[in-house]
Amino acid sequence: MLNIVVCVKAVPDPKDSCKISIDPVSKTLNRCDVSMVLNPLDKNAMEAALQLKEQYGAHITVLSMGPPQASPIVKECLALGGDQGFLLSDRAFGGADTYATAFTLASGIKKVGKPDIILCGMASSDGATEWVGPQIATFLDMPVVTMLKEIVNSAGDCWQVKTSLEDGYRLLEVDLPALFTVTRDLNEPRALSFSGIIKARKKEITVWGKEDLGVPEESLGLPGSPTIVSDMTTTDNKREVEIITGSREEMADQLLLKLVDAGAI
Amino acid sequence: MIDFTFTEEQEMFRKMAREFAENMVAPHVAKMEETGEVNDDVIRALAEAEMMALTIPEEYGGLGLGYTARMIAVEEISRISVATAMTLQVFGLGIEPILKFGNEEQKKRFLPGLANGDKLGTAAVTEPTGGSDPTGGRTVYRKDGDDYIVNGRKCFITNSHIADTITVLAKDENDPKAFCAFIIEKGMEGFKATHVEHKIGMRGCNTGELSFENCRVPKENLLGQEGKGLRVVMASIGEAGRGGMVGCALGVQAACLEASIKFATERILYGKPISRLQTIQNKLADMKIDLEAGRLLAYRAVSMHDKGEQSSNEFAVAKYFTTEAAQRAAKMAVDIHGGYGCMVEFPVTRYLRDSFVLGPSAGTSDIMKVIIARWTLT
Repeated sequence: MLNIVVCVKAVPDPKDSCKISIDPVSKTLNRCDVSMVLNPLDKNAMEAALQLKEQYGAHITVLSMGPPQASPIVKECLALGGDQGFLLSDRAFGGADTYATAFTLASGIKKVGKPDIILCGMASSDGATEWVGPQIATFLDMPVVTMLKEIVNSAGDCWQVKTSLEDGYRLLEVDLPALFTVTRDLNEPRALSFSGIIKARKKEITVWGKEDLGVPEESLGLPGSPTIVSDMTTTDNKREVEIITGSREEMADQLLLKLVDAGAI
Repeated sequence: MIDFTFTEEQEMFRKMAREFAENMVAPHVAKMEETGEVNDDVIRALAEAEMMALTIPEEYGGLGLGYTARMIAVEEISRISVATAMTLQVFGLGIEPILKFGNEEQKKRFLPGLANGDKLGTAAVTEPTGGSDPTGGRTVYRKDGDDYIVNGRKCFITNSHIADTITVLAKDENDPKAFCAFIIEKGMEGFKATHVEHKIGMRGCNTGELSFENCRVPKENLLGQEGKGLRVVMASIGEAGRGGMVGCALGVQAACLEASIKFATERILYGKPISRLQTIQNKLADMKIDLEAGRLLAYRAVSMHDKGEQSSNEFAVAKYFTTEAAQRAAKMAVDIHGGYGCMVEFPVTRYLRDSFVLGPSAGTSDIMKVIIARWTLT
């Protein structure tokens, strides 16, 4: 039976994106009025774990780092079919960049027990760095495959997988244990079900703080983060409308030239 | 202290139902509007999502999640398609009499199929001569050995042509005060679904007539006691039936408000979004007030229902308020949209038509007031 860890993150609901603002002093996002949802690509990571469980049998651990408000996201993953949940939650974890986040998650994974497979969404919809997955693998000293789009052969301990490239794919072989960051091409995430929600009643979420992880405090949160955000601004996406006139043929020619000039063709 | 918050689990039910409605129902709404016909894919999806199993106990193949979960599901589906929500809520109405008044054999025979969607349910009370006054009905039964022979006609029956299991109210042909509730099954000799109605709204939700010509019903299909059938159907309609309509109305209210907010913040007039105009804000505020008040009435009544308390009066208040509020909301939403509110590409036109079907279903607003007034005077 495979031992799988799925790392998930609570992110601001994209439907509330207009409510997100930047704190001018701390250079962080104000999320007070924003509801949190499961990071979309983490749903693909969960789905991959669930399909492996159906194929080979697996024990799925759902792991997240975040404030107590992230707990429903972990519960949702348990309702989807995860077996146990851990939420790494402590004020000391606050302000973490990707490095400190990956360190904290890796510490949690070590405490859970080293898995055969770690699955992460390729990126979070709020930070979108794509770094946390590879950094966790580095802290755990295991191979990492990013942008997983297809598992070609998952029999045995050496997997054959396809990863996304802009104009194609790479076919790779990787020895387990390994960490994979997944793309939306990998699968179609299943929907929540009433039965799943009922089953999740009996599944506990364990909350671990800094003492539980037993790691130096200076490695956590803001003190453990080498990244300094010097500035953060919003951008205006303005569109300009240009009306092309003339006969149909003339308009088509003009449009073609504009598309060529813009590098679209 | 009263706790007005939903549990984490109930919030998850809402999320699940919302995603279901947006992903599995919304793509079919346009076709349902165009044809007015029930969409088989939607019915199958409802079954696969275990929507019919919510109120049925686990020992009969259900989920045993109760009426609050059902209200949440109906509300969220109605937000996308009140026609689908109405279909679902009436499946529940068909289940309710068997759940509350069926004997053990009947529960084992009917509920598992109704829970997994293999069988679809409804209840048939209304007739051309009486709906809110069920005693005015002319569908009659007489005993013939161990069987009953049913003759008559039912009209305005939701799910009339798709239901397999129908709770039918009939009067003793020799005793106008004695009623029986029968479980009549598709395929029984003498029973057929006849005329299909074409409604102004809730298109895609099947409504029609049922006919019984010397329909032979075995005694095993009698629900509750002989002669006490009025109680069987009225208890089911008063709580599960009206509760379902409240969920439908809340969904329409929410949809109207959302569409209005979206339009008002995008529509530029006088160089600014019309949402900055006080007259538009007044309408949005009215819609929000109605929605918040409606939800309080609805979820209070349904929490009583879940506790097994008598809640038909509370549901009458909630049904009156929310269905009237849904009509107000739809009118305001159309007004906010201006000329666009007359164009079928904009969903508010559908909400307006749908909102007018909410009123008569499970008792008109006037009948709700009769019930509420009687409540105050007793």
